Amino acid sequence: MKFGVVVFPGSNCDLDAFHLVKDVLKQPVDYIWHTQENLEGYDCIILPGGFSYGDYLRCGAIARFSPVMKEVVRFAHNGGLVIGICNGFQILLEAGLLPGALYRNTNLQFRCHFTYLKVENTDTPFTKGIAPDRLLKIPIAHGEGNYYADGETLCRLQENGQIVFRYADADGKVTDAANPNGSLYNIAGICNETRNVLGMMPHPERAAEAILGSEDGRLIFEALLRYKEGGR
Amino acid sequence: MRPEDWRSMGLKDSEYEAIVNILGREPNIVELGMYSVMWSEHCSYKNSRAVLRTFPTQGPRVLQGPGENAGIVDIGDGMAVCFKIESHNHPSAIEPYQGAATGVGGIIRDIFTMGARPIALLNSLRFGPLDDARSRYLFGGVVSGIAGYGNCVGIPTVAGEVYFDNCYRGNPLVNAMCVGLLETDKIKRGRATGVGNPVILAGARTGRDGMHGVTFASEELNAASEERRPAVQVGDPFMEKLLLEACLELINSGLVEGIQDLGGAGLTCATSEMASRGGSGMEIDLDKVPCRETGMTPVEIMLSESQERMLLTVRPENEEKVHAVFERWGLASATIGRVTADGILRIRMGGKVVAEVPARSLAEDAPVYCPAFREPAYLQTTSVLNLKEIPDVEDAEDVLLKLLSAPNIASKEWVWRQYDYMVRTCTVVLPGSDAAVLRIRGSKKGLAMTTDCNARYVYLDPYTGGMIAVAEAARNVVCSGGEPLAVTDCLNFGNPEKPEIYWQFRKAVEGMSAACVALNTPVIGGNVSFYNETEGEAIYPTPVVGMVGLLEDVAKRCTQSFKEAGDVIVLLGSTYDELGGSEYLAVIHGLVKGKPPALDLEREKAVQRTVLTAIRQGLLRSAHDLSEGGLAVALAESTFENLIGAEIHLTTAGLRKDSLLFGESQSRIVVSLPQEKLPILQEIAEQHNVPLQVIGRIGGERLKICLDAEPVVDLGVKELHAIWREAIELLLK
Repeated sequence: MKFGVVVFPGSNCDLDAFHLVKDVLKQPVDYIWHTQENLEGYDCIILPGGFSYGDYLRCGAIARFSPVMKEVVRFAHNGGLVIGICNGFQILLEAGLLPGALYRNTNLQFRCHFTYLKVENTDTPFTKGIAPDRLLKIPIAHGEGNYYADGETLCRLQENGQIVFRYADADGKVTDAANPNGSLYNIAGICNETRNVLGMMPHPERAAEAILGSEDGRLIFEALLRYKEGGR
Repeated sequence: MRPEDWRSMGLKDSEYEAIVNILGREPNIVELGMYSVMWSEHCSYKNSRAVLRTFPTQGPRVLQGPGENAGIVDIGDGMAVCFKIESHNHPSAIEPYQGAATGVGGIIRDIFTMGARPIALLNSLRFGPLDDARSRYLFGGVVSGIAGYGNCVGIPTVAGEVYFDNCYRGNPLVNAMCVGLLETDKIKRGRATGVGNPVILAGARTGRDGMHGVTFASEELNAASEERRPAVQVGDPFMEKLLLEACLELINSGLVEGIQDLGGAGLTCATSEMASRGGSGMEIDLDKVPCRETGMTPVEIMLSESQERMLLTVRPENEEKVHAVFERWGLASATIGRVTADGILRIRMGGKVVAEVPARSLAEDAPVYCPAFREPAYLQTTSVLNLKEIPDVEDAEDVLLKLLSAPNIASKEWVWRQYDYMVRTCTVVLPGSDAAVLRIRGSKKGLAMTTDCNARYVYLDPYTGGMIAVAEAARNVVCSGGEPLAVTDCLNFGNPEKPEIYWQFRKAVEGMSAACVALNTPVIGGNVSFYNETEGEAIYPTPVVGMVGLLEDVAKRCTQSFKEAGDVIVLLGSTYDELGGSEYLAVIHGLVKGKPPALDLEREKAVQRTVLTAIRQGLLRSAHDLSEGGLAVALAESTFENLIGAEIHLTTAGLRKDSLLFGESQSRIVVSLPQEKLPILQEIAEQHNVPLQVIGRIGGERLKICLDAEPVVDLGVKELHAIWREAIELLLK
C-alpha cells in the first residue's frame, strides 16, 4: 500500500508519519512537497501535524489554497484514502473535505498529553477490525482542537456514523473531565460521508511503538492495510 | 564625540580611549555603535573571561569547546551531540512571551549553525512567588512563549526546572537550552575564509527591532526598564523553521563554507566574529541588505537584532545554488559582501564607507576586567544555624503534605503539558522523571538530558553550591541510565562590578570546575548573564548546569517510578544531620540559613558508578536522586506514576527525624529492584565502597514510613499524588 506524506513548509510531524509508514508498517512512502500537483499512484495521503504556513491566521486557512490541496481534494473525491492528523485535520476542515471547525482550546493553552479514545464507528477503512470496546491510548498536542459544528451538522454526523473517535477516560466513559479542549460531544475525530477521509486531533503516529508508551495508534493504520488487502 | 555619546551607549571613558587607540582616530557614530554592542558584557564577557578560562574544557570526546556558537561532543559511530544553554532574562522581565520565545529561537539557531539537527529543547526558569500577581503574569507569559515558539518549530521541549523565590520577583530567569545531533564530518563553524567568497544574509528582513538589546542586557533592571520594551525582539517561529530546514539542506549538500546566526548585536556581531575567527576581513554593502522598511540608517542596520537571520560564506561557484535553496523555502537572501584578506570590517552604504575597523578588535579586543571581590557580609548571618533551636518534626505527615504542595517541589505538569514534548517521536522518557531520554533514530543509543541548579545552596555557599549543581545534574543523568558527557552552563548573577557579587561568581565557578573535573564532564560552552538585579537587589547566584549523557543501549533506560509490587527499595549513600539550605527549613520554618549539605566528590562518583553499573546490568527497575525535600519526598514521587505504594522502615540511629526524612544530604539515590537481584547490587556497592541500606518494599496503595518501628507516615498514594499534582494550578487560580 503506497502512502504519501504531504510536506507544507511548516509541517513538523511529517517525519513521524513517514517513519511510521516506512519503519513500523514497512510500506512504501514518499514525501509530497506542497507545490506538487500530481498524486497518481498513491493509495493513502497523510496530512501531518505542524503549522503548515505558520498558521498565524486560522490554522490551515492558507494551506487549503496550496497547489497540493487542490489535488488532495480531487484525490478524495475519487475515493482515495486521506487521513489528516492535528494540523492535517484543521486543513481538511478548511478545504471543505470534512464539516465543522476547530476553535482554540477552551483552556486557552496548548496541551500535550496522552488521551483515551473511544472508537464510535468500527465500520470505516480506518477502524474496521478494532474491537468496539477497545480504548485507544493516543496523545494530543495542539492549541486549537476544540471541535465545533452546528446542531444540524452534528445530527447528520451522528446519523451517518461519521463520528469516529471521542475522548474518554481510562475506563472508557465519555466525560467532561476527559475532554481536553472543549470539543463538542467530546469529538476527537470524524470522517466524511463516504468514509474515505478521516480527520483527527490525536496523533496515532506518536503511539505506534512500545518504546513510545503506546502501540494503539498502529491499529488505525493496520486497519487501512487490511482494507486495502480486501481489494476495496 | 562627546562623553555623553559613548556613555549613553554603555561605554566607559577608558573604553572609548581604547577605541581611539585602536583606530588611531575618533570613531564615527556607526563605529561607536558597533564597539558599544560588541564590547557590552553580553557579547564580550569582559568581566567574566578571566574566570571562565579556569573551567576544564578538554576531554577525549570534546570535538568543539567554548568559543563557537555551541559545543560538540563525540558519541561514537560517526555521530556527535551539540548543545548549549543561553539566558534571555532581561527581555523576559519586560515582555515575557516574546522574551522567552526569542530566547528559544536564538538557542535553536546556535545549534543548527553548527550543522546539527536540533532534537530537543530544555529550559531553566526562576520567578517570584506565585502569590504575587506580576510573578504569575511573568510565569504564564514565559511558559506560553516557550511553548509558542518551540511547538511551532517542531522541536520537543523535554525537560527543565522551575523554581520560585522572592529574589526573582523583579528579575525572572529564563534560560533555554537546545540539543542537536550531527555527523562528525559535517561540523560547520562560524568562520569566514576564502578571499573573495560571497557573504550571504538570509532569512527575515532587517527591521528596527531589538536595537541595543545587548546593552540593555548588560545593565541592572529598574523602574525605567519598561521603557526598554523596544529593545525586545519579536519572534517568528515559522520563519525559524524555514531557515532551519534551508540551512541544514545547504550544509548537508556541502554548499556552505562558514555560517553564523544573527543574535545579540545582529549584523555587527556576525560579520566581525566570522571574520575574526577566520583571520580575515569583510566588505559589506548595506544597500544590499533586505530591509523591512525604507530609510534605515547604517547604525540601525548594523545594530538591529531582528530575529531569524543567518550569515553565510560560500564559494563563488555555489552562490546561485544557495540563493535557489533559500528561494525554494520562501526565504529572502542576498549577497551583501565579500570576504577580504586585510582583516578589516569595511561597511559601505550609498557608495560611501560608513565604518572601517579591524574585525578582530570588535570580536576579541574588548578590555578584560578582573573586578574586585570580597566575601559577602550576609554569609556571617546566614551561616549560623543552631539545629538545637529548631524543634524536630512532630507531625511528619503534615510536613510531607506541605512539602509536596510547595511550588518548588510540586509537579510542574502545568508547565510541561503546554510544551510539545513528543514531536519527532524520539522522546522515550517523558518530562517528570530525573532526566529526559531520547532515542537516536537508526541506532541503539540514546541521550539523557537535564538542567539543574539549587540556587539557595549557591547563595549560602557559592563553592559548595556550584559543585552540587554539577553533581546533581550528573546524578539525574545517571539515574536515567546515561553516562554524563559534558556540561553547558548559564551563569546568572548580579552586578559583577560589586565585589560581593564577583566573589559569588568566582567561588561558584571554582566549585563547578572542581565537580566537572571529578565527574569527567568538561564545560563545552555556555553563557554568562550578569546584572540580574532590580533596584539594586541581586538574585541568588544561579549557575544553571545543562548536562547531556549517553546511553549505549536506550532499551536500558531507567525512570524514577516504582514499577512492581514486591520489589525491594534500597537507599544508596549516607544521611547526615544536614538541614542547612533545605526546602524543609524554608517551607516549614521560614529559614534560609546554614551551610548547604556537604559534597564529597569521591563519594558522589562512587554512588553514580554504582547506579550506572546496576542500570546497565539491568538490575534496577527505578532510580531517583534525592534532592529538595529529601528521602520522604523522593519516595512519594516514585509512587506517583503508577500509583503504587511502599512500606518503608528506617532507623534514626542518632539522627534527627527531620534530617532523616526531609534532609538533603548529597550523593544519595533511592532505587528499586527485584529481591533476587539484591545480592548483585550489594556486591557492586561494596566494590565502590558505597553504603547500602534496604529500606522497604513496594506494594499496596499507601506510602507507609516507620521510624524505629513507629509509624510516622501512612497516607494514600492517590491523595499524595493529587496534592502534589494540583498545587501549582491551584496557586494560579
